[in-house]
Amino acid sequence: MVKKKILDNNALYTIIAILIGFVAGAIVLALAGINPATTYGKLFDSIFGQTKYLVYSVVYGVPLIFAGLGVAFSFRTGVFNIGAEGQFVVGALVSCVLGIKLDLPAVIHVPLCILAAAAAGALWSMIAGVMKVKRGINEVLSFIMLNWIAFYLSNYVVNLKGIKADGKEATVDILESARILFPKEILTATGCKSFNYGIILAVAAAIAIWFIINKTTLGYELRSVGFNRFAATYGGINANAAILKAMAISGAMAGLGGAMQILGNQMRIAQFASQEGYGFQGITVALIAGSNPIGCIISGLFYGAMKYGGQKLSLVGAPKEVLDIIMGTIVIFIALSHILKKLLSGRGK
Amino acid sequence: MDRTSHADMSQVAIEMREIVKKFGDFTANDHINLKVHRGEVHAILGENGAGKSTLMNVLYGLYRPTSGEIYVNGKKEEIRDPSHAIELGIGMVHQHFMLVQPFSVTENIILGMEPVKGIRVDMKTARAKVEELSKRYNMQVDPDAHIEDISVGMQQRVEILKVLYRGADILILDEPTASLTPQEIQELIEIIHHLTADGKSVILITHKLKEIKACADCCTIIRQGKYIGTVNVPEVTEQDLASMMVGRNVEFKVQKKQLEPGEVVLDVKDIHGKDYRGVEILKGLSLNVRRGEIVGLAGVDGNGQSELVEILTGLRKGESGSVKMNGKEIFNKTPKEIFDSGVTSIPEDRQKHGLVLDFTVAENLILQNYKKPPFAEKGILKKKKITGHAIELIGSFDIRPEGCEIRPAGTLSGGNQQKVIIAREITNDSDLLIAVNPTRGLDVGAIEFVHRYIVEQRNKNKAVLLVSFELDEIMSLSDRIEVIFDGKISGSVKGSEADENELGLMMAGGVQHG
Ligand SMILES: Nc1ncnc2c1ncn2[C@@H]1O[C@H](COP(=O)(O)OP(=O)(O)OP(=O)(O)O)[C@@H](O)[C@H]1O
Ligand SMILES: [Mg+2]
Repeated sequence: MVKKKILDNNALYTIIAILIGFVAGAIVLALAGINPATTYGKLFDSIFGQTKYLVYSVVYGVPLIFAGLGVAFSFRTGVFNIGAEGQFVVGALVSCVLGIKLDLPAVIHVPLCILAAAAAGALWSMIAGVMKVKRGINEVLSFIMLNWIAFYLSNYVVNLKGIKADGKEATVDILESARILFPKEILTATGCKSFNYGIILAVAAAIAIWFIINKTTLGYELRSVGFNRFAATYGGINANAAILKAMAISGAMAGLGGAMQILGNQMRIAQFASQEGYGFQGITVALIAGSNPIGCIISGLFYGAMKYGGQKLSLVGAPKEVLDIIMGTIVIFIALSHILKKLLSGRGK
Repeated sequence: MDRTSHADMSQVAIEMREIVKKFGDFTANDHINLKVHRGEVHAILGENGAGKSTLMNVLYGLYRPTSGEIYVNGKKEEIRDPSHAIELGIGMVHQHFMLVQPFSVTENIILGMEPVKGIRVDMKTARAKVEELSKRYNMQVDPDAHIEDISVGMQQRVEILKVLYRGADILILDEPTASLTPQEIQELIEIIHHLTADGKSVILITHKLKEIKACADCCTIIRQGKYIGTVNVPEVTEQDLASMMVGRNVEFKVQKKQLEPGEVVLDVKDIHGKDYRGVEILKGLSLNVRRGEIVGLAGVDGNGQSELVEILTGLRKGESGSVKMNGKEIFNKTPKEIFDSGVTSIPEDRQKHGLVLDFTVAENLILQNYKKPPFAEKGILKKKKITGHAIELIGSFDIRPEGCEIRPAGTLSGGNQQKVIIAREITNDSDLLIAVNPTRGLDVGAIEFVHRYIVEQRNKNKAVLLVSFELDEIMSLSDRIEVIFDGKISGSVKGSEADENELGLMMAGGVQHG
């Protein structure tokens, strides 16, 4: 019962933070001479106006759920996976290349692309993990470095012969057999060309992550190291090994996010001009969810909807950057709420 | 010991009336009264989890009372927060120090109330003021030393000076002696004496009845959140205090049957090791513990006992030497390998090594065994079994409050946190139990209880290595006492023949024995 109360409280704080985010966005809009009511009206309409919009919002949410799961999982183990961005990119890249280059029946092709992306993400994250564990190099630094390496690696691969599409700054499309789109009937019925199995996988992944954290000995290990690595070590847990495992799983999630984006929605990778930010958005998703994997589904969908709906804001003359302000404010206030809660619980009533 | 009282019974400094403090449905303070006079040392006594710290946190403005009134110097006050308490002349030294490690002593004392000259901190005035205070109350500190370099005793003096610097007339000391050595405790009692001579009042929380007898005028007793009574300390014995607090008679002496020790379980040979600064602190120490034997390791803090235990439990790597457990080499193995070889330990630092404070009590109770059946099968945790195990231990080790298996360990009172560790380590039932200050912060009832458990391990033919700053504890439990001095064993006596003075001398490096 007590537990439930606290949960409710958390949700309450989150909702308040979200409201404050929208208020902040409105203030900025008003200051810029744009009518906030019209803007938010447009935003709302662009998400809920038609079934198609809603479905697209879900499609946009899927990779963010995965990125969020990766970051949330790392938080629970006391590591800050700021490298989800890079892991996402290598996951996308590997699934894209395999999707183009292999010619297999779908039942093999799809799982292969997905698993390879997970492995690539895990590996990318483990590089930072090994450097941390073996050499004591702060993971935040190596993560940021790896993000850029992934960025340039992707741009390099995109331009390779046999992968690059003629006359475009992008790869050719992946083969039909690698795509994870829902059957034609569903696509026509919903009006969304990119509706895919990703959402089912995302929910399954969130449940799996929740299960790992709370119900398995592995989760026990990882949490104990995250909370107090001294006591964990004292209790016989190998803290370094636990950190590596956590980083691998975290990276795998981000890598899967990349695969979902390619196999379910984009079908190709374009040359990047700047970092796309899925990994960073994953941090926001994890924070809004309070690092709760099930919460990541909701916050991932929320962010996805904002991203999708936000694209149409220019129609009413509002810059889509206002969404960054809203999301940023939400994150700040959620962070503040943790401090606030500490103060309140210390003081009692 | 000086027992002159400075209490002025005509002036009430603090009065707390009918204080109630609830946490949710749980009542931590249930109509508690407290009256403290000017110049008085007022002890608060109660079992672990009785609500002492909670009451003091209410007085210091950290918690708002659910109901009840507080009078400061006769005037009714609603204490909003600690800064308000400080304004009213109330200062508190918490059990866990809150000093900024890399800062100097002076910087820590003036933190938040720095004298300024223009826009710069006036260090000269600050330093002079700190020196003046430390002279007035006879508290030796080095104003320029950095916190990380000074002893625990001196850190405590810094905490007290910090409170005095803020102009406190009423000082709350929450278990100030729990982590001090006997020498440092003596010094603290002197300091308290100087404070009361100057008209300050001191509220002292301690589990050590000796200290209450040595320096308190009055003592208020709390049991399970309820007010039991207030007594004049000179009129009662330690035994009276103990019975009032626990509600039954307490055995101070441990009953131990005769036992012939068996074969050697732990064999430590010629250990060399360094401390955190890289200075050699263990200089060829050898020691053994046999079955059915409690070996007490006595020594002044800093002679290598912490490092020895860390090496024995795998938390620190030694330089050279050999540690055999039932004949098997475990020197510099991992904590897990050492645990599996039959070593279990009650660690020195309860919050750092002993517990994951954010884990529930139930989760903490399986720390070394979370992978083993019945707590897990095929990598899946068995929640029912884990909870059942916890409920059982909470019952048999009297961990309070009841039903705490689902609470984070960090919300338990200090003494009950210690009981969680003890319950876990004793039920591991390993061949060797290493206990470091196992009763630190425990009330007399709980101490009796823990001592009985330790003796029971020995009676079950296990080996016990007891490391403690409490000479009384060492003397009453040990079959054999080994004295550690300057990184080596400097002498050995039979427990039954130990004499406090002689031990004291050996600990200071005086006599060679055995
Ligand atoms: N913030 C809190 N939330 C919930 N329960 C609490 C909180 N603080 C204390 N308690 C409970 O109140 C009771 C009294 O705790 P308190 O810390 O005052 O005990 P204590 O007398 O100081 O014990 P000890 O001698 O072990 O330090 C305990 O049962 C504890 O679990
Ligand atoms: Mg306490």
